[in-house]
Amino acid sequence: MVDSARDRAPAARQPARGESLAVRVVLIGIALAFVSLMLVLPLLSVFTEALRKGWDVYVAAIREPDAHSAIRLTLLVAAIAVPINVVTGVAGAWVIARFEFPGRNLLVSLIDLPFSVSPVITGLVYVLLFGAQGVFGTWLAYNDVQIIFAVPGIVLATIFVTFPFVCREILPIMQAQGSADEEAALTLGAGPWWMFFTITLPNIRWGLLYGVLLCNARAMGEFGAVSVVSGRIRGLTTTMPLHIEILYNEYNSVAAFAVASLLALLALLTLLAKALLEWRYADELAATRPL
Amino acid sequence: MTVALSIENLRKHFGGFEALRGVSLNVEPGELVALLGPSGSGKTTLLRLVAGLEVEDAGRILFGDVEANNLTLRDRRIGFVFQHYALFRHLTVEDNIAYGLRARPRRERPSVAEIRSRVGTLLDLVQLGGLEKRFPAQLSGGQRQRVALARALAIEPRVLLLDEPFGALDAQVRKDLRRWLRDLHARTGHTTLFVTHDQDEALELADRVAILNQGAIEQVGTSDDVYERPETSFVCGFLGETNRLPVEFAGGQVFLGELPIYGMAHFNTPGPGSLYVRPHDLQVTEGGTGALSGIVLSVRRIADRRRASIAVPGMPAAIETDISSGFAPAVGERIGLRIMRALTFNEAR
Repeated sequence: MVDSARDRAPAARQPARGESLAVRVVLIGIALAFVSLMLVLPLLSVFTEALRKGWDVYVAAIREPDAHSAIRLTLLVAAIAVPINVVTGVAGAWVIARFEFPGRNLLVSLIDLPFSVSPVITGLVYVLLFGAQGVFGTWLAYNDVQIIFAVPGIVLATIFVTFPFVCREILPIMQAQGSADEEAALTLGAGPWWMFFTITLPNIRWGLLYGVLLCNARAMGEFGAVSVVSGRIRGLTTTMPLHIEILYNEYNSVAAFAVASLLALLALLTLLAKALLEWRYADELAATRPL
Repeated sequence: MTVALSIENLRKHFGGFEALRGVSLNVEPGELVALLGPSGSGKTTLLRLVAGLEVEDAGRILFGDVEANNLTLRDRRIGFVFQHYALFRHLTVEDNIAYGLRARPRRERPSVAEIRSRVGTLLDLVQLGGLEKRFPAQLSGGQRQRVALARALAIEPRVLLLDEPFGALDAQVRKDLRRWLRDLHARTGHTTLFVTHDQDEALELADRVAILNQGAIEQVGTSDDVYERPETSFVCGFLGETNRLPVEFAGGQVFLGELPIYGMAHFNTPGPGSLYVRPHDLQVTEGGTGALSGIVLSVRRIADRRRASIAVPGMPAAIETDISSGFAPAVGERIGLRIMRALTFNEAR
């Protein structure tokens, strides 16, 4: 064998801990207090408020037809927006990470645009473009296509607002990994699609998963942009966040919190799914850290 | 057909930087050729062009008599070992090695059993039997490097290309692997082109060495050729340690200032030039004519020999010389040096 003593597989590293016990207790205490005050307490209050008048009222609020249609619409919008953003986000990140081309830096900045622009403005822009008095308004009306105050507008606004999540999550991973793996696959005879599915995708899958989860959470929770483009037609174009606000403004706080608790529950399920996946694939995660 | 790979007048630039300025090289079947040069000399670019990972601006590459441009990356069948191995971290050792076989179109793909037996053979060849279920992260640097080699060999490459194959390993492992690679090459006989910036590695491993500088080949030849008969001052200065003396050529003599120091330079045209002397081509004398004299600055041990730095008046840098073990000059002592062998180049620097 050509192994020698200095050429061993890496051993687990012990993190250095220089801080004293008191410092650690104080720091952890502050972190825990902050998390409970800002995250756990509000979440609990959503559920207690929703169940304040008992289980029957809670169930009735959710079973109500307008609530039902809001839930369906929310899931539908997420089901369309998330896959589209996965495809475009991966394609965008790949192009930026792998190629040098004029306008590349501009593209990188543009990706962040949805984060830097207020969602309300996004909504207004869509109204200006596709509304009855908008740039394409006449053409759309002539062809009998309705985008604003209808589901397509909500989907478009959601796609715009949630676009950066997937792309931003995987771009740094792709840049850090470089293109050597992909080049290796190509020299070994892989076609471009084979390479993508066997090398590129597995290399980014954890980042992609986080991106999808975040994108999905935001797609279901988006308020501002959707509020502007939807026209808030009750039972038709109200997503869950819009429905919650309408109920709240009608002083129907139990029903509002009941639907809110459902939305919160969806978010918690997403987090649970992520935790389960991480636990299930802990070995693989460890094995696939950058070499 | 006696040439496995021919590179003809290859040019490549990146933006305003000329990476290759007309490089030509022939590699014979079964030959192991080193591309040696400082960083930025274009050696990795040359390797990537041969692999098809970059496209040349001008010139051509032939495998036998097939023009590489007509071949897809798959049909080029290049075994490329990357500097940092580029092992697929989500695949086991076994799956890494089998990747090239499984990536083939269905009708050319070997059967599952066949793939397994091929992987087994390759694992034995690179001495990694028993590690097939490991992930790359669970291997040492030397083991990763051998997995990368096995993966490249699995596709039965026309040409094996190695980019700084030992660059990321520490000194002892490098030496072991170097010897091992030499043996492996002797057994398998793959036509191999490898890039390195380590002169010892190139001289020890390669059948022939091509020395690159600033995008052009300075000299191609066997290790003995390039070391003992360098054609350019760059090759002479790059291979091994050398003392460069700024001298004048006149009447078949070499002068350092007013002093004639070396007498076998009749082929040089008169005028200023450089004299290159290796440390082991200097002999310590009692002084006298035809020799340099100077003060000992320091004496050090380098593995099996001892090296002294001598300050010679009129020289910009101290002269390095090997000294025999029987002789122990004191620091500050005045000694004489005779030049036993030297190379001369007309260059006005």
